[in-house]
Amino acid sequence: MTALPSPTARPKPRLPLWLAVLLPVVALAAVFFAFARGGVLSALRSDIPPVESLTIGAVQMDRDGFEFDVFNGGAQTVTLAQVTVDDAYWQFHTHPSPVIQRFGQIRVHLYYPWVRAEPLAVHLVTSTGQTFAVEIPVASETPRPGLKQFGLYGLIGVFVGIVPVALGMLWFPALRRFSRRWVDAVLALTLGLLVFLFVDTLSEGLESAHALPGVLQGVSLFILAALLTWLALLAITSSRRAANAAPPATGGWFLALLIALSIGMHNLGEGLGIGAAFALGEAALGTFLVYGFTLHNITEGVGIVAPLLRSTNTSPLNEKPVGLISFVGLALLAGGPAVVGAWIGGFAYSPVLGTLFLGIALGAVWQVIAEVGRMLLQRARSEGTPFVTWLNLAAFLLGVGVMYLTAFLVQA
Amino acid sequence: MALAAAAPAGPRSPQPDSPTPPPSDSLHEGHGDDSGTVGDVDLIAFDPSTFATTFDGGKVTALGGGRSLREWEVVALNKDIEVAPGVVFPAWTFNGQVPGPTFRARQGDQLRFRFTNGSSHAHTIHFHGIHPPSMDGVDPIIEPGAEFIYEFEARPFGLHLYHCHVMPLKRHIHKGLYGAFIIDPPGGRTPARELVMVMNAFDTNFDSENEVYAVNTVAFHYARHPIQVKVGERVRVYLVNITEFDLVNSFHLHASMFRLYRTGTNLEQFELTDIVTMGQGERHVLEFTLEHPGRFMFHAHQSEFAELGWMGMFEATPEESA
Repeated sequence: MTALPSPTARPKPRLPLWLAVLLPVVALAAVFFAFARGGVLSALRSDIPPVESLTIGAVQMDRDGFEFDVFNGGAQTVTLAQVTVDDAYWQFHTHPSPVIQRFGQIRVHLYYPWVRAEPLAVHLVTSTGQTFAVEIPVASETPRPGLKQFGLYGLIGVFVGIVPVALGMLWFPALRRFSRRWVDAVLALTLGLLVFLFVDTLSEGLESAHALPGVLQGVSLFILAALLTWLALLAITSSRRAANAAPPATGGWFLALLIALSIGMHNLGEGLGIGAAFALGEAALGTFLVYGFTLHNITEGVGIVAPLLRSTNTSPLNEKPVGLISFVGLALLAGGPAVVGAWIGGFAYSPVLGTLFLGIALGAVWQVIAEVGRMLLQRARSEGTPFVTWLNLAAFLLGVGVMYLTAFLVQA
Repeated sequence: MALAAAAPAGPRSPQPDSPTPPPSDSLHEGHGDDSGTVGDVDLIAFDPSTFATTFDGGKVTALGGGRSLREWEVVALNKDIEVAPGVVFPAWTFNGQVPGPTFRARQGDQLRFRFTNGSSHAHTIHFHGIHPPSMDGVDPIIEPGAEFIYEFEARPFGLHLYHCHVMPLKRHIHKGLYGAFIIDPPGGRTPARELVMVMNAFDTNFDSENEVYAVNTVAFHYARHPIQVKVGERVRVYLVNITEFDLVNSFHLHASMFRLYRTGTNLEQFELTDIVTMGQGERHVLEFTLEHPGRFMFHAHQSEFAELGWMGMFEATPEESA
């Protein structure tokens, strides 16, 4: 057996730090060089046909025709050769050219006598004969940004965001008279509502993520945004909890704020969707959509005020009474983003932005579910009652059910 | 390759990137004489105008008694072809072109096709007409690098076709292995301006639906380059339908009527009409004279096919202006 080197052995001469840091980088470059020179890739690629990947942006229509952006998210340059509209080749213009470099974007314009309120099937034919569909579900003139349109979208945002949340909060005076177990039930209902929002945000976000060009890795973007939001909220909550260590750790007011914030992020996503739907000419569905979202979001108001009930009812460590201004603030925080969302969706809809917002909403909703769940659990522990009572379960299911059923109204 | 950047042909097309909207009179339905496509194909590689008037009688050796021996060399080759401006299709071809050469003989001639398969897949040449089953191009299958001699007597007179008959048949046909095969009657036909038109289509994204329709391969070629004829001149069209995936295709002539000789096997006209609808493999001889100067449109009367490339023009000029 050889002796293990003793810790007191003389240190060997060491590489300078800068070299030690650079060494892997140099080695990496050498590996790339060897790989490229060795022709490994070309041998792999030689007989494989090119796979093209184009993503088409929102179609802008005016009286004389329409135009849209085409993004090349594939591995190589793509040349747009022809365009068909409803199975007919049609003259088109490209700016700056029909050649789309990798990660490049061009704008395509067609003069076309389109028919109002009818769908159009547009296909791009590339030089390799592959085709890519451009969706125009209902042809109508794209609204031009203007003061009137701005006001209109803002109003829609108010109707689907602020109004229902505020209406829901009007139940607060009634709710505060509830007995303890019924307050628990309201919290369970809130939990149900939040779980529905979580699932809904997840599916919307994935859908939006899949629509992004492959290079942007939409699903990763979405999940990472959710993860970051969740961790940030976790850090905030933890530091707060550390600060006032004595139980009850989480103040009802703080939790209400958190719920309002996460619901706000979710409503931003909804606003984006509504604004974009109007802008894309699905305005025919618009009225129904607005009613639907208003009904749908009323439950959210109940959810926001639910944590505040605890302080009035059971907690001897009563916090500062919550004033009217605070309620208005909560309503704005939860509903206001719908207005912003409607503006962004209506005038500058970007699927990337949409996916990011939905990711943020997902992370926030997740954190809020954890917090409301914890609150319910603490209340149960302190009273020695079970966490899942039949009443709580029924309320939870009611929360999910009401959201699910009212969501019927907003499925386009 | 003529990949027109942004400037379409056509007088009524607005300028690219023009800052002002087009004048309101440009709000026309459709696009008049323009083709829907932008730009033109590389006509050096394949010019449908030349193809339409090229007939390949093979290497002729007199056999006596008015009969001839005709010999051809046919090679199957993989080749990328341009089926619409800028749209490249990975075709399988006879002699490097789609449609393959228009073979032409006289009834009773002895025909000899020396077929070499220079492509990556097994192929055959299956001729329509009367011949022994051993010469039918179904069995044997000619593997890549192999060779086979198809030899038979030309009969009956009429307009026939040939195509590869290897499974999967749809793929072997729509990839481009077909052509027209004309057998003239013993006494010949009346002299005329003769044109071959093979109605074909291309499924460029391989979803079993065609993206491009044409006569003689190139979408809108004869709209961009009208076929020049004389007023009063007898025009004879050898019309073959080899369109894959769609049940029927058709030929419709504007502002005139044509005499229809079904399959070209009878010298008596079948009817006078301006439209004929054909299933895959059907072929007819059409004869007409244009009585007025000007442009005469012709196209499939399946509007979809017409707007996806199967549309062209005859341009008749007065006799004296020649």
